[in-house]
Amino acid sequence: MTTIAASLGRARKSPGAWFAGLTAAVALWFIVYRQLLPFARWLVGQIAIEPGSPLASSVEFFLYDTPKVLMLLTLVVFAMGVVRSFFSPERTRAILAGKREGLGNVAAAGLGIFTPFCSCSAVPLFVGFVSAGVPLGVTFSFLIAAPMINEVALGLLFALVGWRVALTYLAFGLTIAIVSGWIIGRLHLEGWLEEWVRNIRAGDVELQPDEMTWVDRFEAGWDAVKEIVGKVWYWIIAGIAAGAFIHGYVPAALLSRIMGADAWWSVPAAVLLGIPMYSNAAGIIPVVEALLGKGAALGTVLAFMMSVIALSLPEMIILRKVLSVKLIAVFVTVVACGILAVGYLFNALFS
Amino acid sequence: MKDIKVLGPGCARCKTTEDMVKAEAAKLGIDVAVEKITDYEKIAGYGIVSTPGIVIDGKVVHAGGLPKSDDLQRWLQA
Repeated sequence: MTTIAASLGRARKSPGAWFAGLTAAVALWFIVYRQLLPFARWLVGQIAIEPGSPLASSVEFFLYDTPKVLMLLTLVVFAMGVVRSFFSPERTRAILAGKREGLGNVAAAGLGIFTPFCSCSAVPLFVGFVSAGVPLGVTFSFLIAAPMINEVALGLLFALVGWRVALTYLAFGLTIAIVSGWIIGRLHLEGWLEEWVRNIRAGDVELQPDEMTWVDRFEAGWDAVKEIVGKVWYWIIAGIAAGAFIHGYVPAALLSRIMGADAWWSVPAAVLLGIPMYSNAAGIIPVVEALLGKGAALGTVLAFMMSVIALSLPEMIILRKVLSVKLIAVFVTVVACGILAVGYLFNALFS
Repeated sequence: MKDIKVLGPGCARCKTTEDMVKAEAAKLGIDVAVEKITDYEKIAGYGIVSTPGIVIDGKVVHAGGLPKSDDLQRWLQA
């Protein structure tokens, strides 16, 4: 036993073993993935439900989507964990510190996609950026892009709904982050920061040289899988259950009337509805998939999704430590208006 | 005696980091004084952007995410 454990320990450190193992795992992944739909159909056939009934299509959606989304999530999170190991918030700040507004907003929004970010880190991150001389508007571009353009959501959208919607979401999110940050920068609201934030000067920190090997990066990917999949699986099950209900029971005529492109009020309603709702980005994707399948307008659905992800109450409560209520109100208003504008735009373009 | 500060607002990972530092130091038999810093102002003063962070004898050695135990041993012995 000890020799097996020892050789396993050595294999964990060997790039060759990782590459071979990953290739085998990905091949197996594709084989299993292709069997999911026939398997779900077969399983539904075994249960005594009338075929073609709303219940049957709900159950099939659930049984098919649960393993599908979890498998996709594992793959996407692993890949993103590896990509993220090339970025760190400290390095991002070093890049942004010298940037002026305009180009800086673009760079900040772009870096926001890949830089690891969690809302418990929002305050140190915000203070760290501002105190290092990153302009307020540029910091906001980053702060808006980081949760809104969630790379896991992007990967899932790409796989479940298609590249067109995924690209739309990406372009939509980047535009909002860039423009909102730019507007906040133009408004010169530095005075609305909490007093202590304005006075603080960050100490210099020497960046650790990036000496990660490929094995370290793969391990980072695997750690991300354990952490993220372990944390969000119940959000996803809940999201799929909601999606399954919509898929089976909500009549397409009703949905296209209230969420179709002709209902002008559906975009603001979707944004308002999304603000108090808080879900993990991954949990909302099955709902998006089901809504789009039932004829809801793309702009309305994306507006709802972004509002749920980007404007979250818990994050605002955390940010209250550094921002005055007025500044938080400006932040929410600007982002909500951006989501509204692009929601209408896409409804007009894609209908 | 090494002076170690664990920087973090009090999330679960910061607590885990503190425990890891203590455990690794005990394993290596190194005498340490671990202090937890939860004040945002002081955290930002160290120049880190992501938490948890680790400062050993005034030098920032780590920021963001759980440290690896190999790295911890290396920092503690440096």
